[in-house]
Amino acid sequence: MRTPRIALATAAASASLLVAKVAGAVDASAAGGAAPAAAPAAPPAAADVPLNWHAIIMFLIFVALTLAITYWAAKRTKTATDFYAAGRGVTGLQNGLAIAGDYMSAASFLGIAALVYTHGFYGLIFSVGWLVGWPVILFLIAERLRNLGKYTYADVASYRLKQGPVRTMAAIGALIVVIWYLIGQAVGAGQLLHTLVPQMSYQRSIILVGVLIIIYVTFGGMKATTWVQIVKAGLLLGGATFIALGVMAHEGFSFEKLFSDAVQIHPKHLEIMKSVVPIGAKPNPVESISLGLTLMFGTAGLPHILMRFFTVTDAKAARKSVLYGTCFIGYFYILTFIIGFGAIVLVASNPNYLVDATKGIALKGGGNMPAVYLAHAIGGDLFLGFISAVAFATILAVVSGLTLAGASAISHDIYANVIMKGKATEAQEVMASKIATVGLGIIAIILGILFEKQNVAYIVALTFSIAACSNFPILVLAVFWRGLTTRGAVLGGYTGILGSVGLLIIGPTVWSKVLNMGPAIFPYDYPTFVVLPAVLIVAWVASVTDKSASAQAERRAFDAQEIRSETGLGAEAAAAH
Amino acid sequence: MSHELTASKIRNNPKFHQLVRQRDGLAWTLSAIVCVIYFGFIMLIAFAGDFLTQPVAAGSVIPVGLPLGVGVILASVVLTGIYVYRANTAFDHLIHDIIQDASK
Repeated sequence: MRTPRIALATAAASASLLVAKVAGAVDASAAGGAAPAAAPAAPPAAADVPLNWHAIIMFLIFVALTLAITYWAAKRTKTATDFYAAGRGVTGLQNGLAIAGDYMSAASFLGIAALVYTHGFYGLIFSVGWLVGWPVILFLIAERLRNLGKYTYADVASYRLKQGPVRTMAAIGALIVVIWYLIGQAVGAGQLLHTLVPQMSYQRSIILVGVLIIIYVTFGGMKATTWVQIVKAGLLLGGATFIALGVMAHEGFSFEKLFSDAVQIHPKHLEIMKSVVPIGAKPNPVESISLGLTLMFGTAGLPHILMRFFTVTDAKAARKSVLYGTCFIGYFYILTFIIGFGAIVLVASNPNYLVDATKGIALKGGGNMPAVYLAHAIGGDLFLGFISAVAFATILAVVSGLTLAGASAISHDIYANVIMKGKATEAQEVMASKIATVGLGIIAIILGILFEKQNVAYIVALTFSIAACSNFPILVLAVFWRGLTTRGAVLGGYTGILGSVGLLIIGPTVWSKVLNMGPAIFPYDYPTFVVLPAVLIVAWVASVTDKSASAQAERRAFDAQEIRSETGLGAEAAAAH
Repeated sequence: MSHELTASKIRNNPKFHQLVRQRDGLAWTLSAIVCVIYFGFIMLIAFAGDFLTQPVAAGSVIPVGLPLGVGVILASVVLTGIYVYRANTAFDHLIHDIIQDASK
């Protein structure tokens, strides 16, 4: 069999952000030899490598298609509602696909497969944890968000509270999540493109991604972003299905054979089925529980996901979209699991893909590559090109969604409602968000380049922790608890933001590995098990002790909020066109 | 019609209280079920790893935790479906009635 060109090209490059992003959950030192957590990438010798034409042609087809979508969307984006919420004309099925597109990031496609490839059964915890947030979003959040909000989840959190302080807090929470998530995606995009097409330098790859998403978002707004997501979700689901079918066909459609072959081939043998922590790590019950909490509730507090619920026609469509989304995402995560074990069977057994077959199953091109090589093993160069282009599309689409969510926090929450106190015109607000989009795109490019050689393994912990500890609990309290006051929301929200950031800084990943300050002061990677209860207590105490007249008025305003939240009466209508 | 009048009509409509009671009850019950299933799985990982990693049958390499994990994913999808079904068949009619009553 022919060696894939990218494998030749990238002998020692191994800065695997995407894996680090998932494996960052765990003690990165325990992550084992095959998934090195962000070692600096060695520049591949580009000159003597043939161009990866299949991948490039498919990248170009995808880029052309998305630019056509953007052109189409731009002609239909006139009002602020068009820009932020796609005119509220997205159907349940479309939004379900777009949600799935937002959520099935390259980290979950390449990262979970890579985690399974290295650690076996342990990878399943991430598949499960990242799915179970969805039912909670449906039961508690989706319909009420659609009924109460306009463009951002801060609309809902501040519905009956003081606009200035609550929106500022919510926007800060959203922006920290968005910017760090952006850094992770930008670094991942730079490394992926550079690995797949070595002739593209890391910097040029990131600039390309930055420029494309600025074009999508400023011109096409939420309409373009949604349709880019839908196209990408379809491609990713199709591609993953094809790989999984290829694996199962190879194994005679027997799971028993798949898993026993994997156990036989993997150098750790039966240990890949026996470890509920990364292979080699000590079991740590507190960390496991905290990770479980963070994955579940973090999902329900991601601003770019929450924003999708404002794009649908009504609460009913919001509800249906979660059902579709959960089906797609659950299906996809089960596939990634098959793909991970399939990679052990078909990739780890082939010395062409390995750095050194006598020394274990570490892959050329870094720890993220199992799914990509598996595509080659199953479908040859052409399918490898397709999957590479899909992975690139995935990053572009997720970055667009994030950028739009960040821009709306800046323009709708901070500019229009906090600074202009609601007096900005619609045109001014849209202009502000376009400026914010360009700004965020440039920030993503600069930070992506600055963070190239940094250990960014803490990013998933940071973003999901803030989402789980600040955005999610304040949103749920604001919607369901009459007693919540501005003081409770603001103090609780900042407890979540500062608590997560502070404990992450003094935790093992940042304190010991990024800052090299020795043993961590706070011994857990995921602070959620401490911070989430603290947020609830602070919000409760600060609210019930608030006897001011304004707090009384806020509690009385719950009645009106509840009517709109439950019935949708007075909710933002779908645009006529 | 003024907003206040509509609001007070809705607030005095027993159907509105029925909606809030039934829907919030279902939402929190289902949330609790998801949490029990999921954190049950997490607790097994935290405290009973040996149980999860034993083979499903003698001679098999498949650990018990694998079908359980897939089961958690499927249970989440099923519970999501139950909520959507209930909302489509019961709650939407209630909301429709409440809004009709309020605009009389």
